[in-house]
Amino acid sequence: MSELLQILDETGKKVGKAPRVKREVLLQIYRAIVQTRAFDDRCMKLQRTGRIGFSVPNLGIEAVSAGAAAAMDPIRDWFAPYYRDFAMLFYHDVSAEKMFDNMFGNCEDNAVGRQMPVHFTFTEPAKFFSISSPLGTQIPQAVGMAMAMKNRGEDSAVITTFGDGTTSSSGFHSGLNFAGVYKAPIVFLCQNNQFAISCHSDMQTASESYAIKARAYGMPGVRVDGNDALAVYKAVSDAAKRAREGKGPTLIEAYTFRMGGHSTSDDPSRYVDAGLIAKWQKRDPLLRLRNWLIGEGHLTEERADEIANEVAEEIKQAADAAQAKSRPVLGTIFTDVFEKMPSHLEAQMEGCIKHHAERDEAVDEKGEFPL
Amino acid sequence: MKEDDSVLVMGEDVGPKGGVFLATEKLTAEFGEERCFDTPLSEDGIVGVGVGMAMNGMKPVCEIQFQDFIFPAFDQIVSEAAKIRYRSGGQYTVPMVIRTPYGGGIKGGLYHSQSGEAYFAHTPGLKVVIPSTPYDAKGLLIASINDPDPVLFMEPKALYRAFREDVPDGVYEVELSKTRNVTEGGDVAVFCYGAMVPVCADAAKRIKDSRNKDVRVVDLRTLMPLDEESVLQAARDCGRVVIVHEAPRFCGYGAELSALIAERAIESIEAPIKRVAGFDTPFPNTLENYYMPDARRVLDAIEEVLDF
Repeated sequence: MSELLQILDETGKKVGKAPRVKREVLLQIYRAIVQTRAFDDRCMKLQRTGRIGFSVPNLGIEAVSAGAAAAMDPIRDWFAPYYRDFAMLFYHDVSAEKMFDNMFGNCEDNAVGRQMPVHFTFTEPAKFFSISSPLGTQIPQAVGMAMAMKNRGEDSAVITTFGDGTTSSSGFHSGLNFAGVYKAPIVFLCQNNQFAISCHSDMQTASESYAIKARAYGMPGVRVDGNDALAVYKAVSDAAKRAREGKGPTLIEAYTFRMGGHSTSDDPSRYVDAGLIAKWQKRDPLLRLRNWLIGEGHLTEERADEIANEVAEEIKQAADAAQAKSRPVLGTIFTDVFEKMPSHLEAQMEGCIKHHAERDEAVDEKGEFPL
Repeated sequence: MKEDDSVLVMGEDVGPKGGVFLATEKLTAEFGEERCFDTPLSEDGIVGVGVGMAMNGMKPVCEIQFQDFIFPAFDQIVSEAAKIRYRSGGQYTVPMVIRTPYGGGIKGGLYHSQSGEAYFAHTPGLKVVIPSTPYDAKGLLIASINDPDPVLFMEPKALYRAFREDVPDGVYEVELSKTRNVTEGGDVAVFCYGAMVPVCADAAKRIKDSRNKDVRVVDLRTLMPLDEESVLQAARDCGRVVIVHEAPRFCGYGAELSALIAERAIESIEAPIKRVAGFDTPFPNTLENYYMPDARRVLDAIEEVLDF
């Protein structure tokens, strides 16, 4: 169980049997990681300059999201990700501008400015289910999505992701238990990045691994090097195939490391040993993939630089465009509570709009999020 | 379930056994295990899985065996089912029903008797429906299943075997968010729901017999969204108001009704608004009949507002 699936070692040398993957897929994984880094970096700057309220660094874990995304089908499959999964969206061509719309909570944000940043929701170009802040709630829901697919006899599957801390939640237990009982077509991907805010993984479980928990739910558990995009791709592909064939769910533990803080409000130097960071820097998922792609002739140094420049420009333009958009209108506080607005909400909406129309005072919008 | 293949029933013991109150009897035999099935003993799993199914094209009717057991699923109901339309800007919706027997009257003690409607009526995005007759139970349940939003459908378990009533064959809906006048009257308005409806009707009959006063007993039927206009109309027409529920009084649903009437119909009110409710204690077992409002307590309240 403690065996770690690895295809590329830390230098990008092939040490395992590589799956057959099309060159476009490999380059798209690479690009999604580059996009995530640029997006992450931009968000950090926007937060530090007070333009957005919050973000969550993805540095270090990107190969988990990108490799997994590549193994799923954007047309028929559903995704129930968690908040540290930017590369999953980039891989499937969610536009950076739409993501920034959420970061700014502007009038074109799919979540209509109702959620904090990084709580994305998309139905196009793929079903990326709306992210919740309470942890683990998406796990039984993802099982329900998968059971609906099975009920209709579809050839599709669901992937849901979560961090190591979430394995302690009731949703993890309920979800995996239901999925095991009903053989739901689902892939559970635990991004073991070793920290739940400041609490080390040791605080979450006394098990020898997260993957071993699968045994108790009657499903296979796989442990994979989360900084090896190829290995993640292989593990998720195999699990998705198994799900589609009616063989039921799989739990995958992707062993990785969160190089940044939990969020823009967190200072990891208070609880992460500097030596640990240095150790994981050598395992950088982007560099590893890049070295291998270049070695295989899929990529050149020049093309890699071009990609970096294209992405930098794309992210900058997207951020600028989203920042220029206005806030959602006041009435959006009251819409989408129910499909049809009940009379008490109509009355509250009218009152709210009238109140602010009559008073031309700026509403204090300061507020710093502590987590 | 005959009308719509996407409707399915899930919960603990709802399959071959037919539910502990036999509400789902014979459904598995008729519709198969794909449509009516037992689940692991996991309330947050039942509701969480139901939420996912509802978002992906199904119309699950999830049963929580007793409302007292619903709290492990509180997060899934309050923070998920009720908020998913809002937080996704309508991209994802949760057309599901959660059925659950609630209330006292079966000697169930602390954990088979509670009335938690106020917790849920307080939740934006969730509808709360409580029938009090067989006719309404069917019509409101069908309306709830067809509703595009999540509905908590609370069934007064004291009434399951209390009386019989003819129910039409076939499909019909009783519109949500519409009250029903159980008795007509202009002297006192009594607002109630669920198992308190026959109790209040009994009290109304007694006051008619003893003092020839006409009480308008209003069965709310849907607590959220409330039919506010009908409540205010009854309060204005009668000028005297009694509110009855078996849940504890403090921050109970009656507090909201009372505030609503005070805010918007105070000019018509001629006596203090009286609440008859369960006590602010856990629900007792042996002495449950002293805990739950009965016709005598409702009658006392009606007399108090009449004599003010």
